[in-house]
Amino acid sequence: MPARRIGRARRVPVALLLPAAIGLLFLLLPLVGLLARTPWATLPQRLTEPGVLTALRLSVQTATLATLLCLVLGVPLAWLLARVPFPGRRLVRALVTVPLVLPPVVGGVALLLVFGRRGLVGSWLDETFGITVPFSTTAVVLAQTFVAMPFLIIAVEGALRGADTRYEEAAATLGAGRWVTFTHVTLPMVAPGVAAGAVLGWARALGEFGATITFAGNYPGRTQTMPVAVYLALETDLEAAIVLSLVLLAVSVVILASLRDRWVSAP
Amino acid sequence: MDWLTRRPTLRLTGSVNVVSTAKSCTRLRTTLAAVGVLAVLLVTGCADDRAEPPGADDGTGGELTVFAAASLTESFTRIGQDFQAAHGVRVTFSFAGSSTLAAQINQGAPADVFAAAAPAPMATVVDAGNAADEPVTFVRNQLVIAVPKGNPDGVTSLRDLTGPDRKVALCAEQVPCGAAARAALDAAGVALTPVTLEQDVRAALAKVRLGEVDAALVYRTDARAAAAEIDGVEFPESVEAINDYPIVVLTDATNPAAARAFVEYVRSDPGRAVLTSAGFQVP
Amino acid sequence: MTRLLDAHLVVDRGGFRLDLPLTVAPGEVVALLGPNGAGKTTALRALAGLHPLCAGHLTLAGRDLDRPGHRIWVPTERRPIGVVFQDYLLFPHLSALDNVAFGPRRHGLDRQQARQRAAGWLARMGLTEQARRKPRELSGGQAQRVALARALAVEPALLLLDEPLAALDARTRLDTRAQLHKHLAAHPGATLLVTHDPLDALVLADRLVIIEDGRVVQEGDATTITAEPRTEYVARLVGLNLYRGHATGHRVRLADGHVLTIGDRHDGEVFVAFAPAAVALHPHRPDGSPRNTWPATITGIQRHGDNLRIQLTGPIEVAADVTPAAAAHLELVPGQPVWVAVKATETRAYPAATATDATVD
Repeated sequence: MPARRIGRARRVPVALLLPAAIGLLFLLLPLVGLLARTPWATLPQRLTEPGVLTALRLSVQTATLATLLCLVLGVPLAWLLARVPFPGRRLVRALVTVPLVLPPVVGGVALLLVFGRRGLVGSWLDETFGITVPFSTTAVVLAQTFVAMPFLIIAVEGALRGADTRYEEAAATLGAGRWVTFTHVTLPMVAPGVAAGAVLGWARALGEFGATITFAGNYPGRTQTMPVAVYLALETDLEAAIVLSLVLLAVSVVILASLRDRWVSAP
Repeated sequence: MDWLTRRPTLRLTGSVNVVSTAKSCTRLRTTLAAVGVLAVLLVTGCADDRAEPPGADDGTGGELTVFAAASLTESFTRIGQDFQAAHGVRVTFSFAGSSTLAAQINQGAPADVFAAAAPAPMATVVDAGNAADEPVTFVRNQLVIAVPKGNPDGVTSLRDLTGPDRKVALCAEQVPCGAAARAALDAAGVALTPVTLEQDVRAALAKVRLGEVDAALVYRTDARAAAAEIDGVEFPESVEAINDYPIVVLTDATNPAAARAFVEYVRSDPGRAVLTSAGFQVP
Repeated sequence: MTRLLDAHLVVDRGGFRLDLPLTVAPGEVVALLGPNGAGKTTALRALAGLHPLCAGHLTLAGRDLDRPGHRIWVPTERRPIGVVFQDYLLFPHLSALDNVAFGPRRHGLDRQQARQRAAGWLARMGLTEQARRKPRELSGGQAQRVALARALAVEPALLLLDEPLAALDARTRLDTRAQLHKHLAAHPGATLLVTHDPLDALVLADRLVIIEDGRVVQEGDATTITAEPRTEYVARLVGLNLYRGHATGHRVRLADGHVLTIGDRHDGEVFVAFAPAAVALHPHRPDGSPRNTWPATITGIQRHGDNLRIQLTGPIEVAADVTPAAAAHLELVPGQPVWVAVKATETRAYPAATATDATVD
């Protein structure tokens, strides 16, 4: 059977192939543009500048923390949206995607209005605990979580809605309560969806700029992530900006590629 | 004459590339015709915007595109209206950070006039051969300490900003207001650790307005524009960090005569009046 | 007879009402048989606690699990039940062993003990070799046995099976049915088998409960039901022609006025049943002994085992079994008029008046 399938040459329809090729070109050409302008001669020296590594480390750390926060908060929320009927669920589902349509800078301002020194929650934090969130690494993580969580929620909710709930009923007949069913049956079964959502969220968090610079500001080592560093480098030195962008790209591609193979069993 | 207040539009430098893509699209076979048509429609939409016939060379009528530093937004919008009323030239502005604008111009963005908030970004445009004339300084700007209305902390000098609990926002040193702040702080001999280095002066000012920081070093013009919520505290060291704003007609100007007329108008008495009322100093 | 399961299941669901009294003794296997939409699955879900009762009660081993009148409700995970689902629903991310160990683990055994018990059950099912395999690496029959082992491993008071053989191909079904029979016989608790396949029910169950439209239409052992069907559905299941009418002596007048002659004497409402093999077809009006003859038209011909089953319309609908040779001789084709003859001695009549309100159109 497989031999026959391989033997019969399957033609890819032109109507699909052409747009696919154009789409790929469209996505890759900007990368080519970056590579074409890369100052290869001074690259090693630029890469070893202390600010680069600091910003890169901060970016990877905060994006990872933000992804974990997304998982801890987003997976239960996705479960709620997918499994528990409650009044206003459609509205909540729509609201969850707000950070997707909100310009990130506006998202940053909104976060300031909540977690800022005079914000709804921030003023209480400040007065009660003396905690100020803005301009801290925490703020970076919060900003990234804010923009990344919808990606995770949408991916996980989609996986949950696609999953067969009868397995959960089967678990119940075997004596498993809802929590054990969730951890032992539901979660493993939607693991690929969760992984895909986490990867998407991580990538979004890593590239986050607008909300970060608005909410967390820019201070090297504390809140200056790679995208912020790139933006500021762009003000004075295009080539430095390109180098930083390439570093960010390379690191994210390596991490995503290795994770994809491990989590999402690619064909 | 009918003139409209046009909202500043940010122009994309990639439009030339998009045009070439669309041409190849139209060559595609039937299956892609719909996509091609869509792309062409999109692109011609862009192109039309730009390809309106240029105005008469005598400076009356036509269209002018001015790239101007963000700190000029209010003044230039006003000047643009006055200029249009006087010369019948419709002026379209693109306001952004000077460095961003300079990069866009050097990448081929279609503009007639460039007004920068500092000499450095202007120098990159001149060095790239994109300036038609020698840039001229048309205004100067000076730093003030922006504090919340009523100056609750009683800030009177840079030194007052160094307390342990003081949260201060500066501009990043890559942008002109940040370089100016560094020069002023050095002149005052004040060691200041800001909580954030903002990407531009408006962002720094916003942090004061939102109450997230106690003070920020911003241009006097920006403080004045936000006078409803902000007080600007003048300090002597600001003279060490005066910022020159150069303006120039660009090589690729589609309407050079109107462009020169606009530069002249900015430097004329009516233009200066608008600028000084916004807090600029004229040279 | 002690009742391990004593239930009266009442469920209202969007215009459909299930009203099913049900008792099962320890060790007894009861088959719940009925056409699609009769309420079999609803009954199973109600027993499993996947659907609450609207009224009635559900008592298992002396403990109320669901009694809406007293606001008693025990959730699924705390009911002493085991369920074999139609397509097994083995957890795809767990090995066969861990699937079976899942229940014991939830019932308080530690990992080691649970796996030991699971291994024991897999051994009884002849699946020791397959213990490490994931469900997708198992054949249909193996998966069915793992599902059975998983349900039995929690030692349930009530074992529920939902169409346990429906997902299997004909050959595998034969073997698996025999094995299932062995394991169900060994199960000390009550067993309820939900199926629409009369063969599964007849082979596996001690007693059949037949429901249509949410109500019991007939109940009894296999012999009684195959001999005396009380609804057209049951008659079709057991392969009989069935009519209801009013008997006076040897004559039974049906609702539409047709009169059948029966062998025994009866008075009052009766069912009349006869096998399709008892129906003879003739090209012309037969003379001689048969008392029941009428003209009919062929509406359909199907293979039925070695014979052909002929569907006929006329004064009454009837099915007849003829040999292929006879069919060829008579040159039977749909639309052809023929004469039908049924000997009175081949019919069986039995009183229709019982508690259940069964009717035949």
